[in-house]
Amino acid sequence: MAKHAHAPRVTQPELDLSFIQKSHQGTRYIFRGDEAAKLEASGVLGVSLPQQALTSHSHQGLSALWLGPDEVLLISESAEDLKARLAPMSAVHSLVDVSHRQWALTISHPKAAWLLEAGCPLDLSLKAFPVGMCTRTQYEKTEIVLWRRREDCFQVEVWRSFSEYLEGLWAQVAVEL
Amino acid sequence: MSHAHSGKLHFTFDGKAFEGKPGDTLASALLRHGVHLTGRSFKYHRPRGIVGLGAEEPNALITVKRDSARVTPNLRATQIELYDGLVAVSQNRSPSLAFDVDAINDFLSPLLPAGFYNKTFMWPRAAWFKLYEPAIRKKAGLGEAPTRPDPDHYSQRFAHCDVLVVGAGPSGLAAALTAARSGARVIVCDEQNQLGGSLLHDPHASINGHPVSEGLKVSVEALQNAANVTVLTRTTAFGYFPHNLIGLAERLTDHEAHPNPHQPRERLWQVRAKEVVLATGAIERPLVFPGNDRPGILLAEAARGYANRYHTNVGRRAVVLAGSDAAYQSALDLHAAGIEIALIADVRDNPTNEPARKRAIAAGLAIEDHLTVLGTSGRLRVSSIQLGKVSDGRVRAHRRVRCDVVVMSGGFTPSVHLHSQSRGTLSFDSKLGAFIPKDSPERCRSAGSCAGVEGLKAQLNHGAQQGALAATACGFPIDAPAMEADTFEGSMVGFPGILPANGDLPPKKAFVDFQNDVTTRDLALARREGFESVEHIKRYTTTGMATDQGKTSNLNALAYIAKDRQMSIPEVGLTTFRMPYTPTTFGIFAGHARGDLFDPVRKTPSHDWAVNVGGVFEDVGMWKRTRFFPQGSEDMHQAVHRECLAVRREVGMFDASTLGKIEVVGPDAAEFLNRFYINNWSNLGVGKCRYGILCRDDGFVYDDGVIARLATDRFHVTTTTGGAARVFAMMEDYLQTEWTDLKVWITSTTEQWSVVAVQGPKARHVLEKLVTGIDISPSAFPHMSVGSGHIAGMPMMLFRVSFSGELGFEVNVPGRMGSALWEAIWEAGQEFGITPYGTEAMHVLRAEKGYIIVGQDTDGTMTPDDAGVAWAIGKQKKDFIGKRGLMRPLMSKPDRKQLVGLLTQDAQSVLEEGAQVTLEAGLTAPYPMVGHVTSSYFSPILNRSIALAVIKGGRAKMGETVFIPMPGRDIAATVVDPVFYDRQGVKING
Repeated sequence: MAKHAHAPRVTQPELDLSFIQKSHQGTRYIFRGDEAAKLEASGVLGVSLPQQALTSHSHQGLSALWLGPDEVLLISESAEDLKARLAPMSAVHSLVDVSHRQWALTISHPKAAWLLEAGCPLDLSLKAFPVGMCTRTQYEKTEIVLWRRREDCFQVEVWRSFSEYLEGLWAQVAVEL
Repeated sequence: MSHAHSGKLHFTFDGKAFEGKPGDTLASALLRHGVHLTGRSFKYHRPRGIVGLGAEEPNALITVKRDSARVTPNLRATQIELYDGLVAVSQNRSPSLAFDVDAINDFLSPLLPAGFYNKTFMWPRAAWFKLYEPAIRKKAGLGEAPTRPDPDHYSQRFAHCDVLVVGAGPSGLAAALTAARSGARVIVCDEQNQLGGSLLHDPHASINGHPVSEGLKVSVEALQNAANVTVLTRTTAFGYFPHNLIGLAERLTDHEAHPNPHQPRERLWQVRAKEVVLATGAIERPLVFPGNDRPGILLAEAARGYANRYHTNVGRRAVVLAGSDAAYQSALDLHAAGIEIALIADVRDNPTNEPARKRAIAAGLAIEDHLTVLGTSGRLRVSSIQLGKVSDGRVRAHRRVRCDVVVMSGGFTPSVHLHSQSRGTLSFDSKLGAFIPKDSPERCRSAGSCAGVEGLKAQLNHGAQQGALAATACGFPIDAPAMEADTFEGSMVGFPGILPANGDLPPKKAFVDFQNDVTTRDLALARREGFESVEHIKRYTTTGMATDQGKTSNLNALAYIAKDRQMSIPEVGLTTFRMPYTPTTFGIFAGHARGDLFDPVRKTPSHDWAVNVGGVFEDVGMWKRTRFFPQGSEDMHQAVHRECLAVRREVGMFDASTLGKIEVVGPDAAEFLNRFYINNWSNLGVGKCRYGILCRDDGFVYDDGVIARLATDRFHVTTTTGGAARVFAMMEDYLQTEWTDLKVWITSTTEQWSVVAVQGPKARHVLEKLVTGIDISPSAFPHMSVGSGHIAGMPMMLFRVSFSGELGFEVNVPGRMGSALWEAIWEAGQEFGITPYGTEAMHVLRAEKGYIIVGQDTDGTMTPDDAGVAWAIGKQKKDFIGKRGLMRPLMSKPDRKQLVGLLTQDAQSVLEEGAQVTLEAGLTAPYPMVGHVTSSYFSPILNRSIALAVIKGGRAKMGETVFIPMPGRDIAATVVDPVFYDRQGVKING
């Protein structure tokens, strides 16, 4: 039997949480390689793989998010097979399909930053975290990739098994919006 | 309810009904009804009354009950905002405040000096836990903890700002307004329900020519309307953490009669501020004299506050004990409020005609100088005070004055708690007679009276200057405006220490620390017992400790010690102030981390299916894994027995998705794994798998898992479920810091794949029905093969691996297809009697084969050889992590603990995991132990107990008898090879 009875979650009102959209639309890849490899891949894909920390570039439904000096998250909204497209590359690199690894949780709300500040220790003011900025960070006990799409819209990429936790936390914080 | 808009709030205190007014605190409402007695003291159970006006209150600790689950102890009556229907009860008394049986402690007080509990109840030791400790806790406790789960919601958030202003009295307001005008992001917080601090009870003040009420209103509106300012009321800055991180506790609903149950009760703010302005004010000191703790004796500034802010007179006839000029201002305000001032007794050595005293003289109030206090009378409320006259250093009895209230002022102590918490240093201001902030390693500055600045005008200007400096320092240059102010006020300078008395010993029952029941005699005792350091005296006497943190007591204690030792106060030194500034709920720290949001709950693809069939789960890290799948009325033992036999005889299926997975890609992938794992990977062919062992650089086993070569430059590494994150981090660490020459990159794919293990003699039959694009016949796809194809239309990566010792496959499909895969295999397996099995059966099956679990059969001190897997070491490799560690002489000693099997001589007797192993029976403790049991199960297929153990020199003891001592008996077992079942490996290659 389950060893411990859980303390109940606090009562919650019926909330309209439709401002949070959950999706796995498209394909996702982790690209790893040095500057030259990123340059070559940028030429092949038509979107610039960021060389500058915490930045992202998007072009025609294909986005490249800086995750580390040699690590880029590629998101193709139209579910392209990027493995095939990058196969001809000459620079050595690593490309790994992570389409099934994570969910995209998109928060579109005038107080989206306020909601995220409940669990994310970063400064999410527009000045400190402008549109297009992305980072791998922490939300309470979960690692997330946080990406500002618009002033009032953040996309959160989270590993599949952590998404329920994140959604549960937001449902609690949303009563304060 | 209906009373609220009639302007009356109904509440009860200890069951008795009272009325209060909106804006009241519990303290102001009780005092208006003449109730001073609100608590019993911590140790002696002496009757105690309200002393203060706010956070400094040491006595009136109250429990507020909303319902059986919402019970909050240790609230200060002076900070409890009244609401209609409030239920308040006193603490630390039985059965009632007026009659407390434990007050016998007071008569016994000569027997209960400082350190009494430590000294008397030490022995016998067992009695401490069973008898003394629970009894003392009950007697000495401060309130009772609620017994039901807290139904309230506590929220947390992070915030960033340029300037955080703590405290919104005159200096804090001036600082916040100035910083706000600079355009900087400002947060200003105050623990009270409105901004203003001391201005809220100073009706005489005017600021820049405007009456205080008007000036306050304009200032507050300016702050509230500024887009760059966040105003937080009912918010206590309770802790100063490194790098200008300040913890704020915001109380959202405690003041409401009917809080919205969905809204959080409290909110924790973790504020990262570029600059902090501390405007935390100053706290008035009580005077120390015999009987100074009687109800009805309170601080002069507090009495003034009750009169001016709450329109509450604390008594009818007051004696004012003036240890500071400020006492005269209180006397004037109380007099104006209609309280008869029986006498102002000035206790200072050299009273001078400072502003407030001059006004009191002009008003014709009775004043006498060079007085001291010899005692007070009145059982539950002061009824008279015995004064003494001091001349030439001698005290003689003077006269007794009837009164129903005594107000006292020993001067003001700057509230330097947060500055001290910031690791700031202090300096002693000899004019003020108190410590003031000096330097802080943090970017913080103190403003106003907490920095020792006296006088409203000076405090306002100091606040404005500090606000301007703070804003300028973070890139928002601004000049401080010059501010004008006028009020009636006295000086903060006062009288520290104990009032003059005759005799060698200090007088009895002169309390220094009300909350912790510490008298001057306790401090004297500490000296006699040899305690020198002020930190030791604090702990020995408990002065300045606990929830109070010495707010009213610290300086008096220091002044007493200094005088006693003929030292200066700075020579005595000051104890460290601890957080929190005032008690903080546990709930606010827990925040949302409760119930099923305490930790992420990670679920596997088969989770819902397993729930539907009644599977029983266990926590493995954050994962919920099915432990077993009971049928009908089966218990765990029966279910596991059935599951194990099904795998051995037919076929079983198991959700293995939680295993960590890392894709290692690049031309140097094999070289990287050669360096990282102990095995050789260069000779592993594409399409093949190998069991790998990972050591730390000390040579001890750290993780294990099967690694498959998918292409020349691409490996699929699996790790243990619990080790996934740390193995990934260790790989990244080595790649970034040690082997930057290698062209290889890693990516976590744990959640990219869902995995179902299909194990048993009929495993191939099940898969043959579903798999396309790959030949899984024994010859084409032997044990330790990997290949790609499709299963039930899903893209698949197939491993032929086994953790059961049977013919086995692990089917990987893209993560979101996991539950479809589980269903497809379940359907296809029906005709073969496929049986889902859980982690418990998996453990038994692997133990039957002697397969170790890292972390269960190893403990961080076992080498590959100790664990019986030295065969995995790539002997030809120049280096790998742990190779040099393993070359240390001790690592190859023959008497190291080695993994062996144990067969109990009574086949039905299952050993306890963790039990010790000895070489002889019948020993009495302590005896030499040679090892311990690491895994132990009943094996259904062998119909007997089996166990794995680590035993010193175990491999040389095959066939010998060892003993496992248990209460009342020793269990005999034979040392055997750890592979119990199918030692030839016939089945795994089937």
